[in-house]
Amino acid sequence: MKPMGATQEEYYRGVRMVPYDLVKELVLALAGVGILALAVSAILSSPDVAPITIAAWAQSDPVDFVTTATNELAGSTTSAGYGNPYNTNGSGQAWGPIAPQTWFGTRIPIDSATTFVIQPLQRGASSNTDLGASLDTWQKAGADQQGRWTDAYTKALADASVKDGKVMVADGDYGPLPVMMSNLLGIAQTGGLDGLLMVNGRFYQTDYTPALLFMGDGSYLSGQAEQWNLLGDQWGMMNETGRYPGQTWLWLYTMWYQVPPFTSDTGFIGLNSSNADLGIIILMTLLTAALALVPLIPILRDIPHWVPIHRLIWRGYYAPKARD
Amino acid sequence: MDAAEPISEQPTSWTVRTRRAIDRHLPMDHLLPVRQPYYVGSWVYVFGVITIAALVWVVASGVVLAFMGPQWWHDSSVGRFFNSLHFWSVQLFFIFMVLHLWGQYFMAGWRHGRAATWAIGVVIFGISILTAFTGYLSQQNFDSQFIAVNAKDAMNGAGIGAFFNVLNFGQMYGLHIMLLPIGVTILVVLHIVMVRARGVVKPIDPEGGARS
Repeated sequence: MKPMGATQEEYYRGVRMVPYDLVKELVLALAGVGILALAVSAILSSPDVAPITIAAWAQSDPVDFVTTATNELAGSTTSAGYGNPYNTNGSGQAWGPIAPQTWFGTRIPIDSATTFVIQPLQRGASSNTDLGASLDTWQKAGADQQGRWTDAYTKALADASVKDGKVMVADGDYGPLPVMMSNLLGIAQTGGLDGLLMVNGRFYQTDYTPALLFMGDGSYLSGQAEQWNLLGDQWGMMNETGRYPGQTWLWLYTMWYQVPPFTSDTGFIGLNSSNADLGIIILMTLLTAALALVPLIPILRDIPHWVPIHRLIWRGYYAPKARD
Repeated sequence: MDAAEPISEQPTSWTVRTRRAIDRHLPMDHLLPVRQPYYVGSWVYVFGVITIAALVWVVASGVVLAFMGPQWWHDSSVGRFFNSLHFWSVQLFFIFMVLHLWGQYFMAGWRHGRAATWAIGVVIFGISILTAFTGYLSQQNFDSQFIAVNAKDAMNGAGIGAFFNVLNFGQMYGLHIMLLPIGVTILVVLHIVMVRARGVVKPIDPEGGARS
């Protein structure tokens, strides 16, 4: 690579210089881009679909809400078995010895049953004696008994109906679950659970981790997202609601989620759908580093010399008249 | 001290050394030039300055949104307009930046000692993506909700989620309106200073000549 001369004057020696007004160019660019941005903003506005509340979820799909809450108690939701950084119930993603999800431990502790169901019930219905007794029964029962209740209740919920906003299931031995769940549903439908999942002992709160994890465990949120083509297998990470461009700059990152080995169960050299997130982050890190290091990488740095696009860019410079 | 010592006679002064370094590497003739090589005539050169212009509009509209608070634009038509201005400025910023990147790639803009300028440009691109991502997470609407729930798995799988919690609005908002924009702005200023200090790279092939 030919080094630049010690000064610009040396570098440009022999090159014809022409007048240039940098400040004028910048001002014109600011004005032009500003007019364009203002015009597009006025014509097309911007997306702002209202967020989903837990109340809306509980009102619109109470069976899904109660099923999700029951699964939190059973430990069968995504959050319950997630692993780090929320708990140690899942192994997390790894590629051979590379397991950063495990390395950094449980930094945002979430016990799904306690955080999403037991604590809100304790906080939201402390004066309800029936609920208090049911919670007491639940907490004193052994894990096996709790498992039998949640299994039976989950199966019954598959055929549940909704009457006046309440979830109705066939008679069965569900222990305290019907009382607990009807109370949790009632609290949620009035909007109480939206607030209770934000309670952290301090007045101000800006962390929505528990509420979003709980909503993510249900199918209502993802069902709404699917209508907007926001799911991962719909290239959702670069989409957004409405007819707006979204994060188009994530196209390459999103693309990897649509192709093997990241869509395959068997995969390639240990990379597959189960560790796709880790594999794709590693791949994109390497590709970004390669882009930054293009000046040092043979072939990549030579392509512009081989592809004559530069002769279009500098066509005046290469035109025959330039030889005169 | 009886009288001020001439600058030329203060060779050990750090301030004098700094002034001399600036004078040597970035004199005003380079920072705000009034002449440039005649080959700097293509529209491709415009992509850089319009990227900067879009960034100015992104920051200006973002300052208004930050001042008024994250709820404002959901409830006010004026706020919605400023959000739209911010949104479309960001879209234009990325379009222009990608055009600038590809333009510089096919001009091999890293030649003659400009590799660091190229690398910093790529870093700006990466941090800009992160800044836009935190912006989408800070919108407090359905997009924010679902992007957060969806993206947490990628962050957690890579171990990043332990420190960069996409479900934590406060953390994402703080990063979006403060730390990341400062990072982008500082690097853009550095990128521009490096361009101005070195000047525009010469064309790949000799003037009027055959391909190398």
